[in-house]
Amino acid sequence: MPKVQVKKQSVSLDMTAMCDVAFLLLTFFMLTAKMRPQEPVQVTTPTSIAKAKPTDKDLVTITVDREGKIYWGTDNQEIRVQTLAAMGEKHGIAFTNAEADIFRLTESFGAPIGALKQLLNTDPKERNRPGFQPGMPCDSVNNELFEWVYAARQRNPAIKIVVKGDGASDYKVMKQIVGSLQEQNVNQFYLLTGLETKPAGE
Amino acid sequence: MAEIDSSGGGHGKKGGKQRAKKLSTKIDMTPMVDLGFLLITFFMLTTTLQKPSVMQLNMPDKNDKSETTPQPASKTLAVIPGPKNKVYYFNGDPKDEALPIGVTDYTANGIRKVILEHKAKIGEKFVVVIMAMDKASYKNVVDLLDEMAITGSERYAMVDAAPTIIEKLKKSGKFVE
Repeated sequence: MPKVQVKKQSVSLDMTAMCDVAFLLLTFFMLTAKMRPQEPVQVTTPTSIAKAKPTDKDLVTITVDREGKIYWGTDNQEIRVQTLAAMGEKHGIAFTNAEADIFRLTESFGAPIGALKQLLNTDPKERNRPGFQPGMPCDSVNNELFEWVYAARQRNPAIKIVVKGDGASDYKVMKQIVGSLQEQNVNQFYLLTGLETKPAGE
Repeated sequence: MAEIDSSGGGHGKKGGKQRAKKLSTKIDMTPMVDLGFLLITFFMLTTTLQKPSVMQLNMPDKNDKSETTPQPASKTLAVIPGPKNKVYYFNGDPKDEALPIGVTDYTANGIRKVILEHKAKIGEKFVVVIMAMDKASYKNVVDLLDEMAITGSERYAMVDAAPTIIEKLKKSGKFVE
């Protein structure tokens, strides 16, 4: 029997098509990407069947972590800086331009105003280490959260309040937040939740 | 498409026509593809694809002093989220000593069933009052608000758990600290 000669085939592929696909996807992801902001806390929000999407801009986000520490943040950098100036003026703390610039890029923070200056001068890595920031005071004696939200609302009265709470945090903290914001006549809150499918048969 | 035409050019200077050397027009695309996919991976991982959803919560205006009609206790289901993922409920006047207090959890067969049963029994003027205790977790409260949406109970209110109610819960012997 004659030996069957195996035809030698070229192993080199034409990568052009694959390259096209890769760059098409790359373009897509680059255009749709919104960088995940650096946050001092990781929060696991509870899930709900609510489908409404948060609006993109002019939000004040109040984050509550597992231990009930409160963090304040807003997405609008201008309001962020103006709020800082207003708060500094109120408490008699002068923030330098450099500090304001750092604050401009701070997505959210949780510290009393007295410790804020020091916090802004801390190394960013250290600053965003989980558990480093002590949380913003929000009680009847020293309600700074109230002041921060109030100051931000002075800049933009239409700003929306989004509460991003960790599912494991106590309701007590939420009660404090809602209570103190109701005092400045904020009665509408948006609770940030993950998606959950609506159970069938309802 | 992606091949580069490298032929042509290289005209001879001296009279005789010089043949341009035919070069291979194929470029090895493999490193480019590698780079492309590397960047794709990076962007995929740093992108937040699924935006979270928001649940709107409207609280009543504290300054609003307008008259409201009192809600009969018999048509009210009080739901009290407590510690340890337990939820307590009763239907009726809390001053009633013999009022039965139920305890359940947040599964589909738990509080949802209770709400649906009471809703069917009471009918039109059914109101749920959520009295969250301090030790209840935030998740519990969101779950309950969610149950309101799932069961279609549009009339509900959120109030703080009164000390008398907590006292009553503790007396009932069903309370888990």
